[in-house]
Order: sequence, then structure tokens, then C-alpha cells
Amino acid sequence: MTEIALKNVYKAFDSVEVLHGIDLQVQSGQFVVFVGPSGCGKSTLLRIIAGLEEVTSGDVEIDGEVVNNVAASERGLAMVFQSYALYPHMTVYQNMAFGLENSRMPRDEINQRVSKAAEMLQITDYLKRRPKALSGGQRQRVAIGRAIVREPKAFLFDEPLSNLDAELRVTMRKELAALHANIGGTMIYVTHDQTEAMTLADQIVVLNQGRVEQAGPPLELYNTPQNLFVAGFIGSPRMNIVQAQLARKGEQWILKSGQTEIMINSLPDLVEGEACSFGIRPEHIKLANADDADASVIVELTEQLGGETYIYCRSEDLGAFNVHQAGQIPVKRGEPLHLNFERSSLHLFDKNGKVLANGLG
Amino acid sequence: MASSASLPSRTWQFLTLRRGGKRWHWTDLFTYGYLGLGIFLMFGPVVWLVLSSFKTPAGLLEFPPTWAPLGQVVVEVEGYKKPLPMYRVTMEDGTTKDLAQIRRIGIISQMLDPADPSTKYKIPIKQREPIREFRMAWENYLDPLERFNFLSYLTNSVIVTTLATLITLLINSMAAFGLSIYEFKGRNAVMLFVIGTLMIPITVILVPVYLVVTELGMVNSLWAVILPGAATPTGVFLLRQYMLTIPRDLIEASRMDKATEWQVYWRVVLPLAMPAVAVLAIFSIMWRWNEFLWPLIVLNRSEVYTLQVGLNAFQGELDVQWHYILAMTVVTLIPVVVVFAFLQKFITTGIASSGMK
Repeated sequence: MTEIALKNVYKAFDSVEVLHGIDLQVQSGQFVVFVGPSGCGKSTLLRIIAGLEEVTSGDVEIDGEVVNNVAASERGLAMVFQSYALYPHMTVYQNMAFGLENSRMPRDEINQRVSKAAEMLQITDYLKRRPKALSGGQRQRVAIGRAIVREPKAFLFDEPLSNLDAELRVTMRKELAALHANIGGTMIYVTHDQTEAMTLADQIVVLNQGRVEQAGPPLELYNTPQNLFVAGFIGSPRMNIVQAQLARKGEQWILKSGQTEIMINSLPDLVEGEACSFGIRPEHIKLANADDADASVIVELTEQLGGETYIYCRSEDLGAFNVHQAGQIPVKRGEPLHLNFERSSLHLFDKNGKVLANGLG
Repeated sequence: MASSASLPSRTWQFLTLRRGGKRWHWTDLFTYGYLGLGIFLMFGPVVWLVLSSFKTPAGLLEFPPTWAPLGQVVVEVEGYKKPLPMYRVTMEDGTTKDLAQIRRIGIISQMLDPADPSTKYKIPIKQREPIREFRMAWENYLDPLERFNFLSYLTNSVIVTTLATLITLLINSMAAFGLSIYEFKGRNAVMLFVIGTLMIPITVILVPVYLVVTELGMVNSLWAVILPGAATPTGVFLLRQYMLTIPRDLIEASRMDKATEWQVYWRVVLPLAMPAVAVLAIFSIMWRWNEFLWPLIVLNRSEVYTLQVGLNAFQGELDVQWHYILAMTVVTLIPVVVVFAFLQKFITTGIASSGMK
């Protein structure tokens, strides 16, 4: 069981800084997912943990030991690459055995470990094939198998599913979750796909422009995003975010966006006239009658999936606005739609994007 | 389809392929004419070399030269040490007779009839024609191989070529590995420096290299030929360019797999660079086999001669033994031709990727 800690890690390539002081604790046996848009530094962070990149400043600790100057080969971690990085000139068996041969393990044990891993990943039939003769999913399994046989201190995954087609991705995602449940090692997983992050992670770390925006369990990030970026990034379809202004009507606080006024309960730090933004997820919006609606929008497009309906709307005050409803909603393009926002699911952010309240009950 | 046709007819079909379809266009004729000229220019001398290598010394000196190895018919006549050449002579009365020439004085040749050696004739040389027959002068090949130790030259050449190629491949690939896989300051400068040595012709560094070789006591040993040319800028360049195309992920994956740097080189990079290594191997074999100037300088005893130097030995100041030179040139050509014929695909890739021959 392995703990990994990053302490104030900075990384710069020449004069370009890509990581600005990352502090992070990965608990033993946890499945941690680094998620963020491309270019946010998540892969760099993973490579720093792996030992493939050096830190500019700060410390990387594995089990309490600073490993800044320990070579990748000595850190005892295994990595699965986005491109799989299978050795094309070796068979599947040789690919999996390579790491073990390098640590001078006896033949018998290599055999045993490889066949055990192959069985677990259902690639026993392909052991004699070259990677070229395998499909994407099979290559993926071999790459994972190559990591498993090493029995490493921790597994590092660098966008391992991004080269697979959508269907296979879902299957492999489930298998990875099962694998983690099975062998229970510490795993760090990098992806730009928030669905993968939500489904796999014990702990999600949202990165943006070289900084940790928020770290926590998936539902915590979903329910209580700490800033606009996390609110917009986690959840699919995206949260609707509307620019507004804090105003007062007598004792009643309202969020004012154009003609639309949304009444909210008072909070300690509200300043009248201050710019702010509020967010509501498409699934937390109710359809209402014209007289008791919070806002009205015009339908632009509907996606009827049978069990659920996505309605893409627009209004002058709210801009583009998406609604998600269970069941089948018979609305057509151009029709007006009256919406009611669940106050308990309304998120309020200040002008700098920091959260003021998650839930305005 | 042509697949059902027999091989010769398919070959013919291929050789008479025409533009677009059925009719001969003038560009077809032009193309075939141009290609034919090319074949003649490049292949003609080789064919002539092979044919001439089977000619006797006399046949070689004949003017006008003949294509085929025709040898003059000779007869043994009692009382004469050497075999006498046969001529067809037009006698004064208009009849023709086959006579052997004893000697020639000016424009008169002294002849005799082999059937009746006692009668001598004096014939003006204009009236005789040599009688020739098609004869392969195998002795051109056999003599040097038996008498002149050509087999040991051949062995030397094989040793030099094999060892030098192996050493070249090893150290060039190691240099290329360092210059492609590692990123360090001045990497490109080092590479430029290596490439820069291409601009120095061997003749310029002949003397200093000779001094080094002498100091190391390697003169007149095969090592003197093998070692100095082992590191080739072309080879380093060729291999490095290829290794740059190997995905970095593979190198990193092998490092994550606890591979030492030697294992990364030996077990991952080198096998993946095999196509380029093969190209360099072919080049190296051709270079070493054909190398002449340097061996000529450092190898002075005939036991250590390589083929090319051995060939040169037939060329005296006053007497050039063309028949041996031609025959042994054919022998030295064979390995290179074989290498080329089987591996020409690699060679063309090599030239395409390095721009060098």
C-alpha cells in the first residue's frame, strides 16, 4: 500500500510555467483521478510522479520518502500510456515479461505472474501475438497487464481510454473499476473526460492552468463546487451559468439578470449592486406555469431519448440555457418554456468566480 | 487476367506495357528508348568486363576488339616449345590453306603446315586471317586463385568486411542512441560536428591517421583497416534520424519497466531501429569491400592484402596483366552484386532517408 504526496510542486519548461504549486495527498489504495481541460498540466503532474519529468521546485514523496532524485525505474511505479507504448517487436508475453526480466526475476515466477494477469484480463489466447495483430481494446488490456504483473507500488494511467471507441471505453471503464476493486492498489488516473472521472474516482482532483481548483470525492465536487470552473467542468450536461447582479426589493434579496428576477434567501456576505453569477444544473430545473415561473425561455432544440429529454433553450436574459427532464416532454422549437429553479440546488458565485453558496434554500 | 498466363508471356506483357492502353504512343517508344540507353550505359561495361575476363591475353590485345571471348586456335608442333597460332592463308594461286605461324618478321610471317612440318612458307601478313574459336579462358580465374594467393586475399577481405561492419554498427548505433534519445545542451552542436566531418576528404587526413596507426603498431595488420573507419558520420546520421522517429513513450515505458539504459538501447531501441541498421550494414559492407586507398597504404605485405589491393598487384609499372585483373575484378564484384540484388529495397530506403550512397 502506497501513499503519494506532492508538496508545493512547481514545474517550468524553460520559461513557461505549467504547474504553480501543487499540494496533494493520495491516500493508500485510493483511486485518484486528475481531470481538467487539455493543457492544464495534469499529464505533466503524472509524469512528475512517475519520474519521467523533474520538478522545478517542491517535493514528491512516496511513502513519506522524498523521491525527487530517484530515477523512474527505481520508483517502483507502473504506468499505462495513452498510446499503450507496447513494444512492437515483442510478443504480448514478452511485453508483459519485460519489466520482470529487468528485475531479474526467476523464469517460473515470471511465467506464473504473466499467466495469472493474462487470465484476469482475458488475453491468454493472444500471448504469442505481436501488438500489431491486436485490436485497440486488446492492446489496452496488454498495457494494463504489463503494469499488473509488476505488482507495483502504485499504478499511473495517462488517458488510457482516449484511443478507444465510445462503446469500448464504457466497457473498459467498468473493467478498470473492477480491477481496482480486485487488486486494490493505489491508482492515479489522468483524463479530460469528466464522466470517466465521476465514475471511476474515489477522489477527483480538478486541475486548471497548473493549479488545483478543487479536490474531493466525486459527489462533493458535483454538489458543492468551490468555484465557477469546477461548477462548469463537473457534470454533464454542463451547469447553466448566468451573469447577474445582487439586488434588493425591500427585505428580499434578488438575483437580477435583465428582466429576470430570482428571489433568494439572505446570506451573510451579500453586497447590494455587486456583480455575481449563479448556476443551476439542467437536471435541477422544473417546468412551471407562466405565473409562478422564475424565468422564461424559448426552445431552440430538443433531444428526445425516450427515457429523458434534453431541451436546449435561449432567452435574452439568460443566454443559452439547457434543461434536462425525465420522461418525454412534448415541446417544439420556438415554443416558450417557463422554468422554476430549485433553490436548494442553486449555486451562487461572486464576481471572482468563488462560491458564495451552494444551495440557496 | 494475366495471372493465368505463363511466366514468359506475363514477363513479355510487363515489358511491353503501354501508356493508357493498347496503342503505342510516341512517349512509350521514347521511354523504352531512354530506359534501354540507361541499361546499355550502366550494364554494358559490366557485361563487357565479364566477357573480357574470359579472353586470353592475346584476345584482349586484339584490335578491333570482339565481344565474345574468341581465342585463336593453336597447335602443338614437334620441335617448337610453344604452341603455334593457326591462320587461314590465301595462297598465291587463290586457294586457302590452314597454316601455323612460327614467327613474324616485319610484314612477312614464317609459317608451316602442321600436317607437314618440314615445308616452310613465307606469307605476307595481309594474306592470312587468324582462325578463331569460342573458348573460355578459365585459367584467368584459376591461376590467380591457385598461384597468387588470391584465396587469402579473399579471406582477408571477408574478415575486414565482417568485423568492420559489426564494429561500425555497434558504435554508430550507440552514438546515435545518445544523440537521439537523450536531450542535453549542445546535442545539435555535437550532431553538426559529426556531420561536419563528412566534409573532410580521406586524402586530407591520410597522413595523420597513418601516424596514429603506426604509433599503435597496427601497420600490416587487418586492424589497421578495420578500426580507423569504424565510426562513420553517415552511419551515425542515418541511425539517429531513424531513432528520432521511435515514439518517446516506448523509451519511457521501458524505463518504467525498470530497464537500465543499456537495456533500453539493446532490447528496445536497437531492435526497433533494425531497418536503419540493415541499411547501414549494407552500406558498410559495400564500402569496406570496395575500399582501396587506405588498405593500400597500411597493408604492405602480401599476406594481409585485401582483394582490392591484391588486384592492384597485377598492375606493374611495365606489364599489366589485364586478363587477371579483369577476372579478379569479376570475383570481387560478385559479393557486392549479391548483396545489392537481395537487399536493394533497403538500399533505396537508405538513400532516400539519408541522401547518401
